Amino acid sequence: MQRLIAAMALICAACQPLFAETLAERMASCLACHGEKGQSENSEVPSLGGQTAPYLLIQLYLFREKQRVVEVMNDVNFTDDDLRTFSDSISKLPPPQPSPDAQYTARMQSGRALVTKNRCNNCHNLDLSGRNNIPHIADQREDYLVKTLRDYKSNARHGYDGIMAEVLAPITDAQILDLAYYIARFR
Amino acid sequence: MIPRVTVQRNALFAGTIVGLLLAAPVFAQQPPASAPPASAPPATAPPAATPALPPGSPLIGRPEGNAAAAKLAPIAPPPIPTAPDKLPTAKLKLPPGFNIEVYASGVANARSLRIGDKGTVFVGTRFGNKVTAVVNKDGKTEFKTVASGLYRPNGLAYHNGTLYIAELSQISKIDNVEANLDNPPRPTVIYTDLPKDEAHGWRFIGIGPDNKLYISVGQPGNNVLHDKDHGQIRRINLDGTGRETVALGVRMSVGFDWNPVNKQLYFSDNGRDWMSEDAPEDKLNRVTKTGEDFGVPYCYQGNLPDPEFGWGHSCGEFVPPILLTGPHSAGLGLRFYTGNMFPKKYKDAIFLARHGSWNRTKKFGGDILVVYLNKDGTVKSSEPFLTGFIENNNYIGRPVDVEIMRDGSMLVSDDWNGAIYRITYGKAHTANR
Repeated sequence: MQRLIAAMALICAACQPLFAETLAERMASCLACHGEKGQSENSEVPSLGGQTAPYLLIQLYLFREKQRVVEVMNDVNFTDDDLRTFSDSISKLPPPQPSPDAQYTARMQSGRALVTKNRCNNCHNLDLSGRNNIPHIADQREDYLVKTLRDYKSNARHGYDGIMAEVLAPITDAQILDLAYYIARFR
Repeated sequence: MIPRVTVQRNALFAGTIVGLLLAAPVFAQQPPASAPPASAPPATAPPAATPALPPGSPLIGRPEGNAAAAKLAPIAPPPIPTAPDKLPTAKLKLPPGFNIEVYASGVANARSLRIGDKGTVFVGTRFGNKVTAVVNKDGKTEFKTVASGLYRPNGLAYHNGTLYIAELSQISKIDNVEANLDNPPRPTVIYTDLPKDEAHGWRFIGIGPDNKLYISVGQPGNNVLHDKDHGQIRRINLDGTGRETVALGVRMSVGFDWNPVNKQLYFSDNGRDWMSEDAPEDKLNRVTKTGEDFGVPYCYQGNLPDPEFGWGHSCGEFVPPILLTGPHSAGLGLRFYTGNMFPKKYKDAIFLARHGSWNRTKKFGGDILVVYLNKDGTVKSSEPFLTGFIENNNYIGRPVDVEIMRDGSMLVSDDWNGAIYRITYGKAHTANR
């Protein structure tokens, strides 16, 4: 019996590399949706470029623990080491570029005023580049920003501590649209 | 009268509340001093930064263009537990004769602690989806998942063999839990009458001497008017019926326990953010009559009317705290020491875990405070008991809850490191676990 177990262990040890993908291979499936150069081309899929490693680590952890619910992300199998490796690798992607379409001055002004008024640029930094566990939001996809802000407001998006739900509570949907418009075109 | 703890009190201009507020206090090392009576003229609180903001706005008090304030944000703990050999145990300080050891590591975001009749340690969490049982068998530590797929299972209570689990918006139970650790049944939901707000959306629960389940429901924001469902500690029967408000005017309590002598409920409450670096202070409160109002959001720290909501109210309308526990210090879990291992002076004293500040430039708290009581249940004095969690103004650990083991030793949970420590007294021993 013991010999059988030992033999099986050997076989499994040998076959492991056949199943294990390299980091680059596993990263490829992330970047297929999120964009190879840090810029997502897919609706409501966030750009990951310029993102801070601690924020990425926390989000991947929340996905794994199913505390943040997005089916395709909840299905990924991550070990603790995977969480660290992936968040470190992804954080090296270049920041996304501002949305290239026309900028309506009135909406840009409204969004800029809302960012200042709501102190978004305190925690997220003046250039909205984020720090530590606070995400880089500058030039994020507009549709993703709208969805995220709405989800925070409705308590659907589960953060670490609820601060975004509180901040969003008095912000109207029209203001959310202007905020997202401006942040997606931040220069 | 509110015992107030500051070593600089002698230097203060007597009776000047402003002076009290501005003094850089060294907290909780001295016998309590007298605070201004609640009926004193209103304290000079900092004006609201932007008068145009409506009361309850999360922006109130957040200064614009202030670099120091802009640096302050809630501090996120690492999601992955610290490796056992990297835990800060060697840096933690205790009074002479006490020892501290790692009881369990690798329990991600360890929060509330409860101990079963057979010595099983149950651990709740704010960010994970599991409740973990730590079992020590023949000197070996085993971890078992008691329940999974939960959402913010921060609150735990244990009573007559049953484990109660409080998630953000429901409470469930597992009967005879210690007999079923290897194959626990799914928890049975007993109560769903809870708000779903993410802000302050984690609960602390406990079973009182009246065999009722007590639940803390914080306010859904920094400084907001409470409605009938928030800002309170309530109790229900163990089958989920008979909801009743025990304490009102509570901002966010994440810890309470009953005095073994007078059976009264004592609870910690966290003061609001963004008023100033040094005010208001967090509180330790005592409920002497069901339904008492502790003042939030009209009055903070027993003597400081809120700049937005305090108009038309006096702090004298509300029950004052029995101890101020420091600005932004985040006093969370507390227990009365009912064990026999520690020296006699600790008998029936309160041990309060202060998680530590974020809304303050120089971090404060991050320790275990011991609070000694008089025979009548008021506070005699308080002093730090376990310290060393702050290094160069950074956390190397953050205590959340305490629990007393049957042998009289004390457990402390640390959600920063995902660890549980055990404090013993006397010659260093790994006593009966």
